[in-house]
Amino acid sequence: MKKFWKATSPLALTPEALSALKAAGFSRRDFLKTSGALLVGFSTAGPASQPAASQALGERAGAASPPANQVDSWIAIAANGNVTAYTGKCEIGQGMSTVQTQLVAEELSVPLNRVTLIYSDTAFTPDQGVTSGSGSHPANFNNTNLAQGAATAREALFRLAAAHLGATADQLTAADSVISVKNDPAKKVSYGQLVGGKKFNLTLDRNAKRKPASEWKVLGTPVKREDLPAVVTGQFEFVHNVRLPGMLHGRVVRPPAVGATVVRVDESSVQDMPGVVQVVVKKNFVGVVAQKPWQAIQAADRLKVTWTPGTGLPSYSRYYDHLRNQKPTRDTMVLDSRDSEQKLAGAATVLKATYYHPHQMHGSVGSSCAVADVQADKATIWSPTQGVWPQRNTAAMVLGLKPENVRVIYRRGSGCYGLNGADTVSYDAALLSQAAGKPVRVQLSRQDEMAWENYGSAFVMDERAGLDAQGNIVAWEHESWSPTLGGRPGNETPGNVITGMLAGFQPQEFAPRSPAPEPREFNNNGNAVPSYVAGCIGAECYGTGTIKSARILGHNVRSSFWTGPLRSPGRLQNTFAQESFMDELAAKAKADPVAFRLRHLRDSRLSEVLQAAAKAANWDARPSPKPGIRKTGVATGRGVSCVLYEGRNGYCALVAEVEVNQSTGQVAVRRMFAGNDCGPISNPDGLRNQIEGGALQGVSRALLEEVTWDDQKVNSFDWKTYRSLPLGFEAPKIEVVLINRPNERAMGAGETSITLVASAIGNAIFDATGARIRQVPFTPERVKAALDARA
Amino acid sequence: MSVITLKVNGRTHSLDVDPTTPLLYVLSDDLELRGPKFGCGLSQCGACTVIVKGEAIRSCSTPVKDVEGVEITTLEGLGSPEKPHPIQQAFIEEAASQCGFCVNGVIMTAEAFLDKNPKATEAQIQQALAGVLCRCFTHVRMHRAIMRYAQGRA
Repeated sequence: MKKFWKATSPLALTPEALSALKAAGFSRRDFLKTSGALLVGFSTAGPASQPAASQALGERAGAASPPANQVDSWIAIAANGNVTAYTGKCEIGQGMSTVQTQLVAEELSVPLNRVTLIYSDTAFTPDQGVTSGSGSHPANFNNTNLAQGAATAREALFRLAAAHLGATADQLTAADSVISVKNDPAKKVSYGQLVGGKKFNLTLDRNAKRKPASEWKVLGTPVKREDLPAVVTGQFEFVHNVRLPGMLHGRVVRPPAVGATVVRVDESSVQDMPGVVQVVVKKNFVGVVAQKPWQAIQAADRLKVTWTPGTGLPSYSRYYDHLRNQKPTRDTMVLDSRDSEQKLAGAATVLKATYYHPHQMHGSVGSSCAVADVQADKATIWSPTQGVWPQRNTAAMVLGLKPENVRVIYRRGSGCYGLNGADTVSYDAALLSQAAGKPVRVQLSRQDEMAWENYGSAFVMDERAGLDAQGNIVAWEHESWSPTLGGRPGNETPGNVITGMLAGFQPQEFAPRSPAPEPREFNNNGNAVPSYVAGCIGAECYGTGTIKSARILGHNVRSSFWTGPLRSPGRLQNTFAQESFMDELAAKAKADPVAFRLRHLRDSRLSEVLQAAAKAANWDARPSPKPGIRKTGVATGRGVSCVLYEGRNGYCALVAEVEVNQSTGQVAVRRMFAGNDCGPISNPDGLRNQIEGGALQGVSRALLEEVTWDDQKVNSFDWKTYRSLPLGFEAPKIEVVLINRPNERAMGAGETSITLVASAIGNAIFDATGARIRQVPFTPERVKAALDARA
Repeated sequence: MSVITLKVNGRTHSLDVDPTTPLLYVLSDDLELRGPKFGCGLSQCGACTVIVKGEAIRSCSTPVKDVEGVEITTLEGLGSPEKPHPIQQAFIEEAASQCGFCVNGVIMTAEAFLDKNPKATEAQIQQALAGVLCRCFTHVRMHRAIMRYAQGRA
């Protein structure tokens, strides 16, 4: 009961929370005083960062209230049988709200329309960290907390029903919020009747039994996205649409060059402009607040700010050498069998190649936006952040407030794909609102969004492997260099994004470490280990492949640009190099690329997705390049790639078919075939949407996308200087084969297909033309150069 | 500031605004419409598209004074969640969205084009969307939804 009280004081319930409560049959006062309900609290689950020990199920009158700084989350079943579920995993566009609703409806056997989901509001929902990876991480599926809470509630309802109906729990069945006796359906009782006017306060039971997949009726089906009718009719409230009484509009003024700092701000330059309320300067953070957005934009353009020169940027044209040679480094030895050098020395053939991947950006279609209402000692921020709790803690630092006095309410922003401007713009709005003493909305300009976001990291990757006389790989070495600066702010580093740094906070310090310590356990979270490596630590092998001899070493160096997670961070880059190189090895061994992969794999699930994609593509088994290549005209070819994402989080294989115009170097992807296995499928249509979208985003990243700069500043700041494949391009046909494994662990799927695209396309270009492209993006100039370099 | 008369979705509004203000800001901030969205402010992405005199225009770079008195249709003007327009219904049927931010530009551009070119081929429809971006890359489903709608109205 306390949780309502806490939620209402000192901060008010949001209108949608109130309406959700009403929909669930509660008014706040009624709920506290009279209404019956069955609640399951998640307080024992603890914050995402500190998983707490499970506690036994207990129906306790007045369960202990959660710690003061932590809001309990719960499932509530009202006296009318309606269900409200609170979750810390938000809907960023990947279908998570629909899937979580399915999850609750399934466990409780209630119709979907009786479940209301409230997500990501620090006043209500638990700290479940960030919702990341387009649902690629199992925790995002919420199959522990939320489903376990629902299962706890179902078991309690069955116990109540057993007593009520004079039967044992295993004689009962539930459907549509009614529990009945299996062989005597006339004997039944509804959830509403069971709850009645009573209150049941339960603690989440880690041992409550989930409904087996064989009994699923709603989960596992292609339930339609619950948000779409509002989205496609312009009724949906994005964070951009949040409006508060008395709200003003802010615009930030970012430095003209990387590293430039404020010398002087001439407020008089805008003082006569209509609607201008205030110029705000805090260290190097500069912004303008006005009555209307257009006034704020004009004032920010007009404001005279004198900046120091920038600190300079490394040469764009020699960037990859710069990364390779930079000191100091932070080194990570992911795997070292200590015999790779010796095995390579004894190999019949040794192959070497270097691959390059540029910085790329999230480039959300809508520039980032947030609304903040900061008062003397408290603040409310409507934010598109992936993590409301980390945003609360770091916004409190930026504002100099106590975290418990800051409330962050998630509102969907424009497509996320990782750390876009969501967190930084939330600080922007908070700082401007604090200065103005009124609610302020900030939407970044296109340029401010693109020139200062935390880019996906560039990579240089050296691959070296040896083949024996039979064409089997005997050893594989991978060494990479990638730059890093900033990242997710977490709970204490607002300086990891541009606004925090401008306002005086430092990014996470670079911690040099060389040589790297010995690997103690197998961790392929970054997909630095190729799929064909056995991954042995001591006597145990954890990888998906058969090659026992391997050395996998990564170097981080300091970055001149902000970096952060971009859909398949690092994994896409590593996989591009490894799966391209695997193709080079297959060609050297004169083996079919699919068969060559299969004979170096020992994980049958990875083999099966590979075979599924090849079968769908009607794969023509033969070595690459295809026989009888002519060096002119349009050439066609096919390429393949596969991965176990993060080493444990989703199997995928992809076949790409391309056309290469050999006179222009233009590459067109005609068809793609994906095989995907992420364990149990909760919503096959939502899953297909993710695989398709990932595949196409991968095509754009492989063919076009690259951040560029001069000696002072980033030059990719709009859609002409950073290109993205538009709706008008002739999209390839995409066929997705889903392998459902209802009884396996749930894995992610948001980042599987995108991880494979660059390598599958590069391999297809090689198949079509015999030219190998080792640098992303595959621009016509680059492809043409590779074609011209053919012997 | 001066008083401007705008006709939006069949309603007339008199607004005291700077006449050089881009239409988008008036629609989303003065009239609090949620359909048209700020994407780039440069006419490069399509998120702000509205239909004026049958043409899809970029409201982020159209001064409000240029559309005074003419009928403006926004995404809200096509249909509602309860009674969606057939093109909106097609997007629901095909689940043609991920984050949904770009959907306004896709639907409004396609709708204006198909109204003028009811017999357009798939390639022509695609060409009409050359300046519209979706960064979730829901392209395949969006094409499918538009074709479903185009075939349904033919």
